[in-house]
Amino acid sequence: MKLRPSRELFARLLLPVGLVAALNAPVSQAAEKTLHAVMSSSLRVLDPIATTAQITRNHGYMIYDTLIGMDEHFVPKPQMADWTLSPDGLTYTFTLRDGLLWHDGKPVTATDCVASLKRWAHFDIGGQLMMKYTSSIVATNDKTITLTLAKPFGYVLQLLAKPSSVAAFMMPERVANIPDGKPITDYTGSGPFVFVAKEFDPGNRVVYEKFKQYVPRKEPASGTAGGKVVNVDRVEWINMPDRMTAINALSSGDVDFIEQLPIDLLPVVQADEHLKSGVLSKLGSMTGGRMNFLYPPFDNPDIRRAALLALSQKDVLNALVGNPEYFKQCASVFGCGTTLETEAGGESLTSGGNLEAAKALLKKAGYDGTPVVIMQPTDVPSQAPQPVVAAQALRKAGFVVDLQPMDWQTLVSRRANQNPPAQGGWNLFFTYWNAETIWNPVVNPMLDGSGQKGAWFGWPTDPQMNQLRIDFATATEPAKQKEIAVEIQKRAMDQVAYIPLGQYYDVAAWNSHISHLMTGPSTVFWNVEKTD
Amino acid sequence: MLGYFLRRVLAAIPVMLVVALFVFLLLRLSPGDPAAIIAGDMASPEQLAAIRESLGLNQPLYRQFFVWIWQLLHGDFSTSLMAHTPVLHMIGQRLEPTLSLALVAIVFTIVISVPLGVLAAWTHGTWVDKLVMSTSVLGFSIPVFVIGYVLITVFALDLKWLPVQGFRSIADGIGPFAQRIVLPALTLSSVYVALVARMTRASMLEVLGEDYIRTARAKGLAETHVLFRHALRNAMIPILTVIGTGFALMISGVVVTESVFNIPGLGRLIVDAVLARDYPVIQGMILLTSGVYVVINLLIDLSYAISDPRIRY
Repeated sequence: MKLRPSRELFARLLLPVGLVAALNAPVSQAAEKTLHAVMSSSLRVLDPIATTAQITRNHGYMIYDTLIGMDEHFVPKPQMADWTLSPDGLTYTFTLRDGLLWHDGKPVTATDCVASLKRWAHFDIGGQLMMKYTSSIVATNDKTITLTLAKPFGYVLQLLAKPSSVAAFMMPERVANIPDGKPITDYTGSGPFVFVAKEFDPGNRVVYEKFKQYVPRKEPASGTAGGKVVNVDRVEWINMPDRMTAINALSSGDVDFIEQLPIDLLPVVQADEHLKSGVLSKLGSMTGGRMNFLYPPFDNPDIRRAALLALSQKDVLNALVGNPEYFKQCASVFGCGTTLETEAGGESLTSGGNLEAAKALLKKAGYDGTPVVIMQPTDVPSQAPQPVVAAQALRKAGFVVDLQPMDWQTLVSRRANQNPPAQGGWNLFFTYWNAETIWNPVVNPMLDGSGQKGAWFGWPTDPQMNQLRIDFATATEPAKQKEIAVEIQKRAMDQVAYIPLGQYYDVAAWNSHISHLMTGPSTVFWNVEKTD
Repeated sequence: MLGYFLRRVLAAIPVMLVVALFVFLLLRLSPGDPAAIIAGDMASPEQLAAIRESLGLNQPLYRQFFVWIWQLLHGDFSTSLMAHTPVLHMIGQRLEPTLSLALVAIVFTIVISVPLGVLAAWTHGTWVDKLVMSTSVLGFSIPVFVIGYVLITVFALDLKWLPVQGFRSIADGIGPFAQRIVLPALTLSSVYVALVARMTRASMLEVLGEDYIRTARAKGLAETHVLFRHALRNAMIPILTVIGTGFALMISGVVVTESVFNIPGLGRLIVDAVLARDYPVIQGMILLTSGVYVVINLLIDLSYAISDPRIRY
């Protein structure tokens, strides 16, 4: 049926107007307050005990709690439990505070915590060492856990409180007792947020809701200690692989927070008056090179020392970070800004390298031109530049270098290969650690000198280093621990356990309606406020 | 026709089996260890062995392959090694965004490129023809992510007409869906507009030289009638082929557009799975993509019979 001209004209006008109105119709806003965060990587593995992935650790802090937390000065403080120590220093008694509930409403008991501690100690490098000195961990009643040492061990509280993977998260006994190798499928925790499994879209979105029955401590929040007060109803972690898209989303208000911003995009954020940026983890990360001690040329300590002399932290950090405001030269194997910071033996690294000394030492060591196979992960921005810079520096010093690009997963697979470099092995790769992961010799995996059967990739055999680590762990006085740490630093530099190549800081960005972000090694979302 | 259809479907089965075997072997023989990725850097050899055993990765390759085929025959695409979520469920979560994006992009492609190609052929040799062709070269040459960023800057950040990123299901309303699909679909379609416009022009030029076109004009038919009723219909076969294969390519090649616009689609799913060596997800996605190619090729062949009555199966 053909409309009369006036009606037809009206209809033709109405249709596009209606269409525009429909397209621009505001989406109805949910009543609850949701914080949208773009995290540094995608959450894949949901078990923070069975993996050391940093994003999984952050996930752990959302939904689990720990017996002890660590404040912003890295001092252990009560969290789920207070503790006492017997006069002989061998018995720790942890008493759970009132009001602790699992997300299913059941009370947290000491039995749950004992099972969780044992599972944690099975996976954690520091926990494994602690258990060698522990005669028992038992639940003496519903709210009391007793940890009895067989011999003095001075690092119990620090290990239970440490924010680095693997953190000692508490889980229900039924979850903690899962057989080795099996994934957990029950995500019940007692932390300030509840994981919303039905909305989990792996690789895209993770959703947490405020746990309304959570009872925070009364103290102000500090690090992973203090009162974990949640001021939003939901937190959504959004995975955005393209960082420019994330910044655009932050500008437009689609997201509220970006955990890690590429430094070269920082000016874009700084130019927007509605956005803020800053470093939330004051310790940052340490990058370093690890050699293969099993095969030539790095089975020779003098050749390892020559390689260390050839490298310059400034060159590496300029390539990796670029902006000196966000990096710091640091030759301490424990990171700088940490309790045990000491840089003995690393002077050449922080003074631009010493090429002439490197050449002389290489010649003296009788280097025969064996190629140094360096693995370069091209798909990991935080680890792609170091091999290139190092390869050039080593070539200048007289090394023959075979730089082999590959993806990260290939590197991970090849790194575990103990065959000679020509048969699928390697000589040198680069990595990075959050400073809290290496800040003491008990947890720093690169200081383990247990050789081919027990050390971390690279497999140094250094009984003297291992004895120093044991001396450190069993020392109960901080001053004594510091003294031993200096010895460890010197030994590490002398044997080139690894080559520390500097410290750098990740920059976060957030919308100006977000405030009270917590600073610390782990990105957490309690205490944060979001205004409309 | 039915017999042809059934023959094609049966012929797809050995193709899919070969694809399954090929992708399985390629993954298993490539470097990478999912157990190491799951456990992280500090895992002991015993912990890695326990993970491999729980995932069945310590079994002989032939046994792993037959277990997987057996599962497939029962409609089970296995479970993600990382997320412990059924692969079909993960694909299902990502299917709507990618299909929506690809379908809207194809619609944009057809609506923009076919008329452009016809126009270019009709004005062959003139500045209009040259303009259309040079614009299509731009479409080929400019990387998809650059086009995406430009569209975001202009329409989302400066004019604030459209959102910067994200995807909303059509179930949430046509408005929110359309708002978020327009820019990514335009971005994705840019290369295909260029391709299909050039193919349309070439095909039309061939047809416009035919005797029956001269006869149609001599009979006094309107030029639009000549172009769209006579010429275009006869030029359609190669255009349909390009559109069809373009759609299949879109399904498998959307990852850049999905990343720029933060669309949680199949492209990102498979890239994440490859980087994490999540074998079941990769295998499931490649089988799905292969199936899509087989179906689309079949539909293209069937569409020939619709557009050209001389073709009968």
